[in-house]
Amino acid sequence: MAAVAVSVAGLLTLSACGGGDSQGSGGGQAAKRKVEVFSWWTGPGEADGLKAMREIFAKQNPNFEFFDAAVAGGSGDQARALLASKLQANQPPDTFQGHAGAELQGYIETGKLEPLNFLYDELKLKEVFPQQLIDQISVQGQVYSVPVNIHRSNMLWYNPSVLKEAGIDGPPKTIDEFITDLEKVKKTGKIPLSIGSQWTLVHLLESVLLGSLGTDAYNALWTANADWSSPEMTKALENFKTILSYTGSPQDDWQPAAKQVADGEAAFNIMGDWAYGYFHNPPEGGLGKESHKDFDWAPSPGTDGTFMWLSDSFTLPKGAPNRDGAIAWLKVAAGKEGQDAFNPLKGSIPARKDADKSLYKDYLAWDLEQWANDKLAGSIQHGVVANDQWRQAITDAVGLFQQDKDVAKFQQALVAAAKNSGQ
Amino acid sequence: MTRVRRWLPGLLLVSPSIILIAIFVYGLLGWNFKLAMTDKHDEIAEIPGNFVGLENFTGIWSEERWGLSVRHAIVFTVVFVGGALVLGWFLAFLMEKGIRAEAGFRAVYLFPMAVSFIATGVVWRWLMNSATGEQAVGLNRLFHYLGLDFLQWQWFRDPDWGMAAMAIPAIWQMSGYIMALFLAGFRGVPEELREAARVDGCGEWGVYRHVVLPMLRPVTLSALIILGHISLKVFDLVVAVSGKQIITDVPATFMWTAVYDSHDPAKGATIASYIVLSVAVFVVPYLIWDARKGKRS
Repeated sequence: MAAVAVSVAGLLTLSACGGGDSQGSGGGQAAKRKVEVFSWWTGPGEADGLKAMREIFAKQNPNFEFFDAAVAGGSGDQARALLASKLQANQPPDTFQGHAGAELQGYIETGKLEPLNFLYDELKLKEVFPQQLIDQISVQGQVYSVPVNIHRSNMLWYNPSVLKEAGIDGPPKTIDEFITDLEKVKKTGKIPLSIGSQWTLVHLLESVLLGSLGTDAYNALWTANADWSSPEMTKALENFKTILSYTGSPQDDWQPAAKQVADGEAAFNIMGDWAYGYFHNPPEGGLGKESHKDFDWAPSPGTDGTFMWLSDSFTLPKGAPNRDGAIAWLKVAAGKEGQDAFNPLKGSIPARKDADKSLYKDYLAWDLEQWANDKLAGSIQHGVVANDQWRQAITDAVGLFQQDKDVAKFQQALVAAAKNSGQ
Repeated sequence: MTRVRRWLPGLLLVSPSIILIAIFVYGLLGWNFKLAMTDKHDEIAEIPGNFVGLENFTGIWSEERWGLSVRHAIVFTVVFVGGALVLGWFLAFLMEKGIRAEAGFRAVYLFPMAVSFIATGVVWRWLMNSATGEQAVGLNRLFHYLGLDFLQWQWFRDPDWGMAAMAIPAIWQMSGYIMALFLAGFRGVPEELREAARVDGCGEWGVYRHVVLPMLRPVTLSALIILGHISLKVFDLVVAVSGKQIITDVPATFMWTAVYDSHDPAKGATIASYIVLSVAVFVVPYLIWDARKGKRS
């Protein structure tokens, strides 16, 4: 779970990974059937988490062999491009990673995925996942994926000493307070709010929408009777415009933007909770900063009590060559043991409510607490509430708005995006 | 029988490439145009799409993003082609004046050609970082050290002229090659002609103006076409410098998001068709001109 930017390495891997997934090893050894697991977990942390789950899988399923079909590239852009062509040719992997929610909708509508209700019943998953999560990933009563982890999108990261210097007592609770605080920081000459490339603005937009509209109105945006042309929406977009006027110059991606906060150049940054690992991890993969001292966090302004979630999940494609193996993998991915092995390494929390709390420290402990108690809302940028077409239309509208700052036109574009999404 | 023997081996020799080109270039081009004229706006669903004529080709002009990406491509092309031609010509001009260690300089100017646009883009992304003032890095930092703070600007993030900045790495990369072309052109001007002009009382500038430059016209045209077609389909450089952002959107990056993010094959094919057509506008007149010239001689 990282950047959306097309990475060079990813482009190269895309072309290099075309074949190489043929079934059956020959060799004459006792038939150990391969299970092809398609993911984009290749970065530090996430690859370790996948390995931990893989070990559990090997222990529980001696007659299956795990085949890692991971495609590099943050946020899975490259992986999804390759996956789409495989599914279109009806040559699916046994199971593949996807963001839980609307991102899978295209596959569901075209009948590429098997419903997993039987698995949910067998493992009694409806009792261990939050009800709202099940509701938000169900399509007409059917569930098509097993969420392995949960990330939180609506997070405000800030630098306590920069806030102190600007005379701000604590993190802002509402959007209005946020704007006041941004103005205060501006007077000190620091960057009030750091931003990265275009997708980080879509990420910022979802937090501002949630904070301005409130949870229920935000969730209603993704239902059939959504009203994107309301005056409340206009107000929310005006807020977005005001907040954008306090941003520093755009950085190449989310990491340099987060780093500006850690280095004391900027006061605030709104980014998902993968930023925590970047702030906190030792210098090989992170900045080695101390939480609550060098950096601190709060729910993004106006969203306390609501958890804007996104989740990586696994699916069961129709016509999977090794269906039994895929189901065995899904059982590991859904299980307590698998989730507790994966998540502490990945820096996320389990979707299950019965996780072993002692494994999750510092931010993750706070996160787990919020997950258990908060209302839920789904992320736009990370594939929960809007399908790919819709999300791309919103991204385009944000990119154009970034240049002309015309709220009325922006809102029209969003109304059109909702209408044309086919969702 | 003897006639067959004359042409058959030759045909057999080239037939593999004829077949491959027929399928993979012209066959796929045709397939692309066919797809662009359907309403297959969903990638995964197994629908072939209905024929809709030129609807996609006209409809795309009502999209703001398309207008922007076309404008960007034009700005990029004008700055890149103009810049590389002028700089390449100037370098060749200096070379031609007979400087010392010419071979060394020639190699240095040609080296950037060996670098891929991706690698160039990664380096220039850092050089053209848009931060200014205290946070400046890259070229803006250099301007800061030199006390030229007024020169700091947003580079490719400038809303109006960002694409002109995007052309700088491309100029850096290609001007050496253009220099080599021009240098060969300069060398192809017979010394006798220059002598004759000088005898007729032409100054050094006049020799260039009336003798050398007219003789460079074919070289200039080749250079223009080579640069033009690179420029109109530019993708790798833009992606390496800025990724898929509207601020530097060009038709090729728009095509990429249309196909892989919006899952709209018909729209992607439409954009691809426009790119092919725009390149054809450059290349076809050249081919015709070239063929005519061949016939005359």
